[in-house]
Amino acid sequence: MLLLKHMEPIIQVKNLSKQFGDIVAVNDLSFTVPAGSVYGFLGQNGAGKSTTIRMLLSLITPTEGNIRFFGLPLQQHRKEIFKNIGAIIERPDLYGYLSAYDNLKMFACLNGMHPTHLQLMNQLEQVGLADRAKNKVKTFSQGMKQRLGIGIALIHNPSLIILDEPTNGLDPQGIADIRRLIVQLSKEQQKTILLSSHLLSEIEQMATHILIIDKGKKIIADSAAALFNPAETIVEIETTNNIASLAILKASKWQPHLQLNRGPNIFLKMHHDQIPDFNRALFNLNIQLLMLQPRHSLEDYFLQVTANSNSDTLILNH
Amino acid sequence: MKGIKILWIAMVALFITHNSNAQDETALIEKVKQKLDQVHDYVATGRMKTDVAFIKAPVGNVKMYYKQPDNFRLIREGGISILPKGGVTVNLNTIMATKSYVALFAGNTVTDGFPTKIVKLLPINENNAIVLTTLYIDEKNLLIRKAITTTKENGTYQINMQYGRYSNLGLPDKVIFTFNTHDYKIPKGVTLEMDEPLTDTDRKKMQQKNGRVEIDYASYTINKGLPPGIFNN
Amino acid sequence: MFTLLQVELYKIFKRPRTYIAFIAIAGLIGIIQLGLKLDGDAYVNFVMSNVEQSFTFDGKLLNGYLVCYIILQLLLVHVPLLIALVAADMVSGEANIGTLRLMLTQPVSRCEIILAKFTAAAIYTLLLLVWMAILALFVSIWLFGTDDLIIQKTRYLVQLSKDDIFWRYVGAFGFALLAMLTVAALGFLLSVFAENSIGPIVATISIIIFFTILSTMSIPIFQKIQPYLFTTHMVAWKEFFDLKVNADNTALKGTLQNKSQIVQSAWILIAHIVLFVGVAMFVFKRKDILT
Repeated sequence: MLLLKHMEPIIQVKNLSKQFGDIVAVNDLSFTVPAGSVYGFLGQNGAGKSTTIRMLLSLITPTEGNIRFFGLPLQQHRKEIFKNIGAIIERPDLYGYLSAYDNLKMFACLNGMHPTHLQLMNQLEQVGLADRAKNKVKTFSQGMKQRLGIGIALIHNPSLIILDEPTNGLDPQGIADIRRLIVQLSKEQQKTILLSSHLLSEIEQMATHILIIDKGKKIIADSAAALFNPAETIVEIETTNNIASLAILKASKWQPHLQLNRGPNIFLKMHHDQIPDFNRALFNLNIQLLMLQPRHSLEDYFLQVTANSNSDTLILNH
Repeated sequence: MKGIKILWIAMVALFITHNSNAQDETALIEKVKQKLDQVHDYVATGRMKTDVAFIKAPVGNVKMYYKQPDNFRLIREGGISILPKGGVTVNLNTIMATKSYVALFAGNTVTDGFPTKIVKLLPINENNAIVLTTLYIDEKNLLIRKAITTTKENGTYQINMQYGRYSNLGLPDKVIFTFNTHDYKIPKGVTLEMDEPLTDTDRKKMQQKNGRVEIDYASYTINKGLPPGIFNN
Repeated sequence: MFTLLQVELYKIFKRPRTYIAFIAIAGLIGIIQLGLKLDGDAYVNFVMSNVEQSFTFDGKLLNGYLVCYIILQLLLVHVPLLIALVAADMVSGEANIGTLRLMLTQPVSRCEIILAKFTAAAIYTLLLLVWMAILALFVSIWLFGTDDLIIQKTRYLVQLSKDDIFWRYVGAFGFALLAMLTVAALGFLLSVFAENSIGPIVATISIIIFFTILSTMSIPIFQKIQPYLFTTHMVAWKEFFDLKVNADNTALKGTLQNKSQIVQSAWILIAHIVLFVGVAMFVFKRKDILT
């Protein structure tokens, strides 16, 4: 087992870039994943999440930058590092012609284990596949494959788990199962988890830290506590005459709260508790309100990213 | 065929004109035959060496079986024997087994250091496989030192014989069989061999059309009977 | 590394596709043996008709050794296709089903993976040849018995004594293994570049067929390039069935006519294997896994 230096971040990424020909997939990305965190890696499809994760797992060679795990550079210590990582990248592709049991056993062996039958069956039990242990994986549903994939990723008891879009293609029950498992791994077993997704809701519910990337660049990275800070609530309003209303607000005591040049509607940043006061003020200022929508800053960032692209793949789902 | 016919007519003419001479040689042949007839059967062991430009064969131990009048078989011990066609005639006795023939004197010469009489042996039966045999007979010892036989189907071959331990029975210690070989070439596509460079000596060897089979007789077991069915195969 | 090799072998032998080759070889050899058993003498007469004009053969011309030689001659041209089926799938097949990235996120290096995969493909090739040897040689001996082996070469006929043959077959199968490993290495190399297995399988087979045609056509312009084609050297196993003669033109048992040719061809094939696997490793180490 790799000895983790005290207080050393689990993952340190510095100035990571990847270019495929003329296309810059990841652009000067830096971030740090602290020990014990559930690190949400959020971005649209094609934002560079998968490329970044593949670079972390040395499936893709970075054009520039360096990656350290547990304080050790990835290139020089790949083997030791990978003994402490369990990963699922996109689909859990497994050997269809082998049974669940054989798939699990094989990957356990590759991790230097000599698993007993009991160990293997326990692991399958944990992911709810004990009764299908001897069935060939090609007969499994997507959800079962995903569960087996997780069983494989966890068989060697890694301290870091990397999950790339783990709920892709799963039914609601499957999604709920995976979420429960992630929370359990984090809370009960103190594992560090790096989780990528294009679903804000997924990240929001589980992450202790969040990184948003778009077009290969970091948009924001902070703790969930900071990003969900009620003092940073964004309020969007739509009035019968936005231009006139903006002029009135500029002249009022709400002027410092205004977020300009954000679009046709009017945006203000304030503490969540100030919203009733603000509402009253609009009435007093004789502004004819059509819509008022408060949201926390993470959601707001996400919306900004969406607004700047034509993609409809970002799903805001509360 | 036409050539053979002409030859035949010429031979018959020769026979008629030199009838008295021919009679003499028949007596000689009969004497040689009598000597050979002492052997009813034999089993001989020996070593056979094949020297044909396009055959690479190892020296092998052979066993030969003979039974009067003209049964002969050669078996390579533990192996396959490659013999020139008409291989049965490797043996002198079979040449001599021809019942009715005309024997013509054709001069005297020295063969392998022995004075010999040249006798042309013409079978009278037109269907005989042998067209003509020239014998070089050592009159003193009643031994055939050399024979050149022309057959209908298998060309001409020459047999040289060296005698020793069994000369009293007319059985040779060594037989050298020389014969004509057809050219041998098969298209490369069939064999898929790698192309080896052909050296000058190779080429010379390939052009050599004569083949030789040498048999060194080690021992004879004479007139002791033969295993049954040995000539059946 | 040993675990990785075990895993690779396990994967190969758990797949039904692997056994196609074993069944195909058994079928082909069985058919040849059946044919020769039923009508072998006619076949031998046909093949030997050229020499039988002047010679008669006394003995078991159609024996187990000859049958094995006929089988090898017919089959060793086609076995590469069966080997390509597995070797050219080793990396590309996993890229295709997506398991490659799972493999690569295990604590094993890419070099180890490549070496283990090639070794596994090599063991598969070895087993295929052992299987072939059992069927072609031992079963043929059992069915047809033994005797001297008489082989027609381009320019001459070779007779090998029956006690001088077995070691030649050991050598020939050993050499055939090298030849087949070259095919495996080529398929393996191509499989590194592709993300599905059909491409490299077809490419390997095409290259082998193309080169074999160039190697066997006796056209002067092709003959010039033949020494540079590895397929030309793949048939050097036949050199084990030729021996030296002395000044009297007597074949010398236990000798090889063209030992240097065998050694040279073997080195050329080994160089090809090292080159193919080396390039495969070089490319694979730098390859971005995008599937």
